[in-house]
Amino acid sequence: MGYPHPSHPRETPVLSKYFGDAEARTLAGWRARGGYEALEKALLTDPQELQAVVKESGLRGRGGAGFPTGMKWSFMKPDGKTHYLACNADESEPGTFKDREIMRWTPHGLVEGVALAAHTIYAETAYIYIRGEFTEPFARVTRAIDEAYAAGLLGANAMGSGKRVDVHVHRGAGAYICGEETALMNSLEGRRGNPRIKPPFPAVAGLFGKPTTINNVETLTAVPYIIKHGAEWYKQFGRADNPKSIGTKLFSVCGNISRPGNYEVALGFPFKEFLYDLCGGPLPDREIKAVIPGGSSVPILTREEAEGALMDYEGMVAAGTMLGSGGVIVFDDRQDMVRQIARLTRFYAHESCAQCTQCREGTAWTTRILERIRDGEGTAEDLDTLLAIADNMSGKTICVLSDSCATPVVSGIKKFRHEFEAKIAQNKAMVTVPGALRASAA
Amino acid sequence: MSHGPSASGGALVAAPPHGQHHDEPHEPVFVGAARTELAAILSRYPTKQAALLPALWMLQDARGWVSDKGIEEVAHLLEITPAYIKGVVSFYTMYHQHPVGRHFIQVCTTTPCNVCGAEDVVKSFLEHTGCDDLGLTSPDGKYTVIEVECLGACGFATPVMINNDFLESVTPESVPRILSELP
Repeated sequence: MGYPHPSHPRETPVLSKYFGDAEARTLAGWRARGGYEALEKALLTDPQELQAVVKESGLRGRGGAGFPTGMKWSFMKPDGKTHYLACNADESEPGTFKDREIMRWTPHGLVEGVALAAHTIYAETAYIYIRGEFTEPFARVTRAIDEAYAAGLLGANAMGSGKRVDVHVHRGAGAYICGEETALMNSLEGRRGNPRIKPPFPAVAGLFGKPTTINNVETLTAVPYIIKHGAEWYKQFGRADNPKSIGTKLFSVCGNISRPGNYEVALGFPFKEFLYDLCGGPLPDREIKAVIPGGSSVPILTREEAEGALMDYEGMVAAGTMLGSGGVIVFDDRQDMVRQIARLTRFYAHESCAQCTQCREGTAWTTRILERIRDGEGTAEDLDTLLAIADNMSGKTICVLSDSCATPVVSGIKKFRHEFEAKIAQNKAMVTVPGALRASAA
Repeated sequence: MSHGPSASGGALVAAPPHGQHHDEPHEPVFVGAARTELAAILSRYPTKQAALLPALWMLQDARGWVSDKGIEEVAHLLEITPAYIKGVVSFYTMYHQHPVGRHFIQVCTTTPCNVCGAEDVVKSFLEHTGCDDLGLTSPDGKYTVIEVECLGACGFATPVMINNDFLESVTPESVPRILSELP
């Protein structure tokens, strides 16, 4: 990590090695640390060869979906068409703040990764879409790009290779949904950020209708290291019994925890050791009650489930959740889970683009029902209603925002049902009629 | 952003102030250096429309909000209809569709910050700015306070944005000092 705390001995700092090192932000500082060597090498290498190295390395998308990066890139062929690369820096998944630190501390690392990836997918133009609220990361990345152009690393003859690589930043304006890849493309084109129906997939018809690859900040920043040190070097990171999850990963830790911040560990790291040793465990005299391990869109874990989990794609699935973006949200024993799950669904209700009925209505009604349970006005039927709505919100919409709202509701009711029932039991207006529970009209 | 059937009930965007603001004269924004800057932005994209979000940012930075007259100016330059631009503006929460306080204060209250006490930070801002409620501008026109969804700095709860400045680890106690340091 390196910022705001010094790196823990059990971390494996690759991407985060220079967090907190202000000199690494400048072009001279970045080059002194070995920066742009990978790009120089890559620009003189055939893209097919680079795609093969990334495929061999086992790198998977770090934005949340975990799609193999090399495979995604292999969809981009030398077909003579205009191609685009879009870098997704719209980081806004609650609990996630790793890309922000990458952009703040190592903006040249990102610019190098973006330029390298653009060449690898036969694109001459790349856009970095940064969420509107990230004013400092926007300024740092803009400055890095300006420095790179001035030094001839970007432009019509990037690093003297004869190849054109242009990199531009594009500022969002406040919309979580624009982190969804097709919504991001619409937003970049100057439209409302409504996700598009797939197919066609971006590799066929993406930005401006052209073949496009979209990758997350962390994914792209990892690529220069892989090109520089080779796929075999990268494969040393991960647990021996799981070849599907390779590399290091940044985990953002927040909520009720002693040392919040970003930590970089090799995939497969034991979650219990991570939470208690690296992050310092709960606050004094508190206990961890629940953990959301991969950003707010993945199922909630109880403390016991979290303590038994391994931090990689398969390890988190085995624990009943997902690795997601690596945004770890910790809840301690003071927290009212009904209240916090209601707050999460309120987030999704606010962020729904509202084009799909299941999402527009589902996120709104789910929030309304949860907030009335929170306020002691819930009824006995409410939990079944919530689960029925969640079912109607899952797998039925253009994008997964709707599913993401249903996820904490379903996992929350399953694992903390007693808290919901206790709230409902507080409803003084509820009357019992023979054979069934019914709410009064009040 | 669905401003329609919001279940939250809370003020999630700034509410219009009392009185008219439609009759204010509009001085063109995209002249001189700004026109040159827009031309540079346009050169980055294959379509004019792709420069819409950047152009709206320039408009808001210059005037403090996105007015109908400003939209007409952008529409003319980018060859898009004003109605279409309004549709885009209303989608994004960061474009102000009416004037706001000189210091626009956004406090993150999404779950990770919420469990760290973000709602108390909001209360402290409302109390110390004299804003009656979320989204309303203080009588002196100085402040507008809103709750914002996840600012992406969850490990530094509670993050607060004041105009373009990003503050970390704000507590209810630090609010008076923060306000006193604003110009």
